[in-house]
Parts: sequence; structure tokens; C-alpha cells
Amino acid sequence: MRSIASLLFAGGLAFLLLALGAQLALGDPAMRVGAEYLRIAGPELGAANIVTAILAGYRGLDTLGELSILFAAATAAGLVLGRRRADAPRDPPGGLILRAGADLLFPLLVVVGIYIVAHGHLTPGGGFQGGVILAAAFFVAVLADPSRTLNHAAISWIEGLAGASFILIGIWALVEDGHFLAPLLGTGTMGQLLSAGTLPLLSVAIGLKVGSELAGLMADISDTEARDQ
Amino acid sequence: MIELDAVINLETLVYVGAIGLVAIGALGLALSNHLFRMLLALGIAESGANLLLILSGYRPDATAPIIGYGPVGASMVDPLPQVLVLTAIVIGVGVQAMAVAMLVRVFRVYGTLDVRELRKRMELEVSTAAGMPVPTSEQAPAGERPLPPVPAYRPSYGPIQPRES
Repeated sequence: MRSIASLLFAGGLAFLLLALGAQLALGDPAMRVGAEYLRIAGPELGAANIVTAILAGYRGLDTLGELSILFAAATAAGLVLGRRRADAPRDPPGGLILRAGADLLFPLLVVVGIYIVAHGHLTPGGGFQGGVILAAAFFVAVLADPSRTLNHAAISWIEGLAGASFILIGIWALVEDGHFLAPLLGTGTMGQLLSAGTLPLLSVAIGLKVGSELAGLMADISDTEARDQ
Repeated sequence: MIELDAVINLETLVYVGAIGLVAIGALGLALSNHLFRMLLALGIAESGANLLLILSGYRPDATAPIIGYGPVGASMVDPLPQVLVLTAIVIGVGVQAMAVAMLVRVFRVYGTLDVRELRKRMELEVSTAAGMPVPTSEQAPAGERPLPPVPAYRPSYGPIQPRES
């Protein structure tokens, strides 16, 4: 009975959404805000990747809010999970193939993560994407061998410094330009690594913040004993 | 009435797929009794919603919003939905991490993630703490009682222990 009701509900939901979507002309006419961003973002910020230009430039304050949401989630998860007892047993390490594969993958993931963070203003990518890849590098290492633990203090320091530098760049712009997180340092030549003013710096700050946040979350979850005994 | 060519193209397929993901997620939320599976269903529904949002920035014959990526003078897709979805994905990760942390906590206390089992145990716990009998359907007959009231049900076992397995 419950299954039939749920099936009917999901079917009705899908039908409703499909019927709504059939009325819409996708992408036509183009949204004015998006078209305006496409027109001015290149000359104004000097960033080839307009998504990053909007994320760190025009909507930098939203990104700061987003970082604080992620921080709140990580803090809450740490609070809920609580502290590990010193003598609690750990899971045994994975097999040889898993551990060797993790060791092989770790430097590659770190390099790809750094590349994606540093080139966020030129190619697809940016702080969030690269930060997640950096965190994944540490996930792989810890999951393959749970006896290797992440240094909580170091992670917290990186996280705090990255968050503080993001805000400091914003305040610097406030002093120089009169607007919080306004782009500084000129635009440079589009397509160069050192261009787009403070955008790459903000990208690096976001990448470090997201990466250390997620790595800390992972460390919290993997450090938890599954049961109290 | 509607020509088939105009209906079946790439964006329609993506659109139907995105709505399908939302429907599958809703169905999983409604049908599953396991908390972790419900969380996974929520993730599926969320990816469907993100796909829908991305699709709203689609424009025919447009390239990615990166200057110098496509041919010169080509139109680009709307970058704003992509930025918003990036935000949504990150917040989704935060929500899921928080939910997983709470699931770990629930599993440590009750030893199960089955919703029916959890509901039974929680009801029992609340009744025991309040010193009341566990509510059963026999105690609330509709209308006047045709039979003498049944004696109150008292749980014969003690406080709840985490189930070992």
C-alpha cells in the first residue's frame, strides 16, 4: 500500500515537472544577468574562466558565506562525533594492492589538485574543485591504511590561515578600493598564470580552506569508533 | 501534433534524466526504511536538481563560459547557474557530512539504522523514562468499550542496551 502510494507520488512529481518543462524554452531568451557577466567579466577582471570570475569576484561575499556554511557543518560534525578514546582499536590496513595504489595515487592527486586550484582563473576548475581533489588525496591515504592518521592541529591551522587570508584580502580591497573583495592588482594579460589580480590568491585561499575542511571532516569520521564498548 | 525531431534532442534527454533522478530520489526517500539509504536517495535527488539548474543556463550552439576556449565570437552558456550549482554542491557536501556524523552517532547508541526498529526503541525509551505504558492500539478504542479494559502493558525487560552484533 505504502509502496503504491509512493510510486504514484513519484510518478506524479515527475509528470508535473515534465509537463512544466515542456512549456519552457530552454536558454531562450538568455538571462540578462548572465549575458552581462559574459560581456564585462573578461575586460574587467582579466580572468578567462568566467565562472571563477563570478565566484571569487562579483559574488565573493556569497563565497565567503558558503565557506562559513562548510565550516559550520564541519564543526557540527566534529561536535556530534566527539573525541576518540586513546586505546580504541583501529581498522586493519588494506591489502598490498590497495596500499601501493594509494601511495601511487597520492602525489598524482596532490599535483592535479594544485594545478586545478592555481589555474582556476584560466581553465575549468578553481578553489572548490581543486580543494576537493586535494582532500581526496588524503582520503585515499587514510582509507587504505587507517593506522595513518591526519594531524588535526596542522589541518586546523591551514584551515584558519586560509579563511583569515580570504577575509584579509577582502579587507585590503576595502581599504584600497572602498569595496569588500573588490579586484586589485590590475588585470594583467589574459591567459597568463599571473593575471586577473587577486583572483588567483582568492582561489588558493578557497582551495586550501575547502581541502583542509574536508580532510578534517574525513579525519573526524574515520577517527570515530563505530560503537561504545 | 508535436514533431518527434523537436522533442527528442540532447537537452530533452538531459532534462528527462534530471527529472528522473529527482523522482528516483523522492521514491527512495519514501520507500526505504534504512537511514543511510535515505541519505543516498537525498543525494540522488540533489544531483537531479543540480542538473536541472545547470540545464537552465543552456543555450543552443554555445560553448563553455571560458574566454578563448571555443571559436572566436561563439556565444557562451549562462555562467550564473554554474556558479550557483557549484555553491549548491558544496553545501550539499556539508549537509551530507553532517548527516553521516549523526548517523554514526545513532548507530553507536541504538546499534541499528532501521527506521521501524528505531521508532520502536525510541517509543519504548520515552515511555520508560516517563514511567508510562507503551502506547498500543488497544488502549484507545473508538467509541465506548465493549470489553473490560485490558491491563496496561509493562515492558518486562530493563533499560535499553545497545544491540551487539
